[in-house]
Amino acid sequence: MLKSFTIGGIHPSENKLTADKAIENFPLPTKVVIQLNQNIGAPAQAVVKRGDKVLVGQLIGQSSNGLSCNIHSSVSGTVSSTDPVFDKGGRPVPAVTITVEGDQWDPSIDVSDTIIRNINIDSQEFFKRISEKGIVGMGGAMFPTFNKLSFPKGSGVDTLIVNGVECEPYLTADHRVMLEHGEEILIGTKLMQKAIGLKKIFIGIEENKPDAIEHLTELAKSYSDIEIVPLKLKYPQGGEKQLIESITGKQVPSGKLPSDIGVIVQNVSTVFAIYQAIQKNRPLIDRVVTITGKRLPHTGNFLVRLGTPIIDILNFAGFDANSQTAPYKVVSGGPMMGAAISNVESAVLKGTSGVLVLEDNDAIRHKELECIKCGKCIAACPMGLEPYLLFRLCELKRYDDLIANHIIDCIECGCCTFTCPAALPLLDQIRVGRALARKIASKK
Amino acid sequence: MTDILIYTILTLVVLGVVAAIVLYFVAQKFKVEEDPRIDIVEGMLPGANCGGCGYPGCRGLSEALVKSDSMDGLRCPVGGDSTMQKIGDFLEKTPAKSEPMIAVVRCAGNCSVRPKTTLYLGVQSCAVENAIFGGESGCSFGCLGKGDCANACSFGAIKINPETELPEVNPELCTACGACVKACPKNIIEIRKRGPKDRRVYVACSNKDKGAITRKVCSVGCIGCGKCVKTCPFEAITLTNNLAYIDHNKCRLCRKCVAECPVGAIQEINFPERKPAETTAQIN
Repeated sequence: MLKSFTIGGIHPSENKLTADKAIENFPLPTKVVIQLNQNIGAPAQAVVKRGDKVLVGQLIGQSSNGLSCNIHSSVSGTVSSTDPVFDKGGRPVPAVTITVEGDQWDPSIDVSDTIIRNINIDSQEFFKRISEKGIVGMGGAMFPTFNKLSFPKGSGVDTLIVNGVECEPYLTADHRVMLEHGEEILIGTKLMQKAIGLKKIFIGIEENKPDAIEHLTELAKSYSDIEIVPLKLKYPQGGEKQLIESITGKQVPSGKLPSDIGVIVQNVSTVFAIYQAIQKNRPLIDRVVTITGKRLPHTGNFLVRLGTPIIDILNFAGFDANSQTAPYKVVSGGPMMGAAISNVESAVLKGTSGVLVLEDNDAIRHKELECIKCGKCIAACPMGLEPYLLFRLCELKRYDDLIANHIIDCIECGCCTFTCPAALPLLDQIRVGRALARKIASKK
Repeated sequence: MTDILIYTILTLVVLGVVAAIVLYFVAQKFKVEEDPRIDIVEGMLPGANCGGCGYPGCRGLSEALVKSDSMDGLRCPVGGDSTMQKIGDFLEKTPAKSEPMIAVVRCAGNCSVRPKTTLYLGVQSCAVENAIFGGESGCSFGCLGKGDCANACSFGAIKINPETELPEVNPELCTACGACVKACPKNIIEIRKRGPKDRRVYVACSNKDKGAITRKVCSVGCIGCGKCVKTCPFEAITLTNNLAYIDHNKCRLCRKCVAECPVGAIQEINFPERKPAETTAQIN
């Protein structure tokens, strides 16, 4: 019997169309738009100006105080603008636009494919490096890894869980990273073990990736303390709190962080980025992106430079927006938690795990009906909340009641909306209410 | 049988009398002194409980009016000056005079001047749409047209025009309570002076992007050129973040800025038509 979490969860169709496509290099774009707000918290400050020449891996955005991270150039060329650009939702954000000229790398970066296995780095140097190289959580939330790993000494964190679940339908980027960079991931976990003193490392992988489970189990035999845990298929197993319960059986109490129960969770791509930052001195300048869609002619998993415009990706995939007659949707990330892109001129970020084109029935909303209090959303909610009630309270703007009903615990996974037979926009309303409830709760 | 009935009735009567006596003394001892004027003032207020005064309902404002020494800053926007005068006379305080106000919508980007670039099929609510993305048109500051302001209005004074998909304020019904201002996630609606004869001039745009970008997405958006600032003889116009703003306290309604604006972002309301001479000046 495979492990899984106990509360709620759903089974959306997997649609992992690109699982057997090896990672290819995405062609260099002619210009990149690098947003300076590629993390939760404060945006970085630009340290280059118009007309400057930059190399691949050169620092272009210095992290500000507090929660923030460095931004590096992903291409070599000339800075053509430091004006704000529009992000994927069409809102202005600070950015650096670079015209690509050749592919000149910063000489301090090791670009070879050789795997560096010996670990000789102390804790201080480790933290300095991940902060300098701009590492953020690459599962989607883009939380600065430096801040995530900086918990007070003696807080009892002894377990690392590496998130290789990739429970989102369509996405296969993490799957391919595990298959093609498995050893690097294991070395990355050992680096973290040395730096923060971990006792046990788990890598959680869902059973629909048997090749990755087999591959990593084989590799892990030559490393101590690493255990590969196959997990039962269930969405949202990749959620931090769900994954912790699946693997350790412990639940993170409401309002607490995983580190409070001695666990930290990192995405496989983040661990790979940590490996590259420490062993190869390579900043976070590219990532594996799944380009997929049921009718796209050219799909696959591609190593894309950060800042590549989405429109370049769509053109490369052979998607012709002008010939579309019915509504279609371009999504950044997976279909469950990803956000629709309204501005295709916007660029790939550190947290963009996929670019997905939904067409036909997948792209439209069904007609809303009345709530019949069937309770399906309650059964599906992985946080044990009552989505139909939160939905109604959000509509009525009763924020004190929302806080009392733990709306802040919602992880916005979308299980409730997915399962609702009345096609109610449960998450849409809850998301708005949650943001306001958080503001109100933080003031109290 | 009758015994049981008699004893039961007797016990209950005695219990009731004892409880009544206890309650009487308790009520005397813990009596809450409340100014009777509060009830009377509350009766004078319109009773809409809209919260436009900043207090939780009409009762809250009545309490504040009775308890405070002066009536400065305490005003029912719905009742207006006549109501405040009546209350002032009753409480023997002088109400602060204030000019009549009205809600104005600082966006004129209808479907023909601000073309849609995306299609939104989600919940028909501005708050929800705003949480997801910047809006269906290229302008991330403009009106979303889903009518959160109209739903918030207790007086039916604001309606979405189905043709322009922009809210329209009915000047006869608007009480300037400010509920729409709070409901708008884009912060487009502003409470401004009604002006003499209901005449007013304002910048009907909220776009803070640079001019070149604004121009691409909306043909009536403020491009931040600053011509109006230079033209204004009363220094009423300021330009911040590429957006002009007319201070309604300084504006003398000369309308020079309206003629000067190259995109027509400044709107004049309820003015008579211009004389031909003025029109030629506008072209030159």
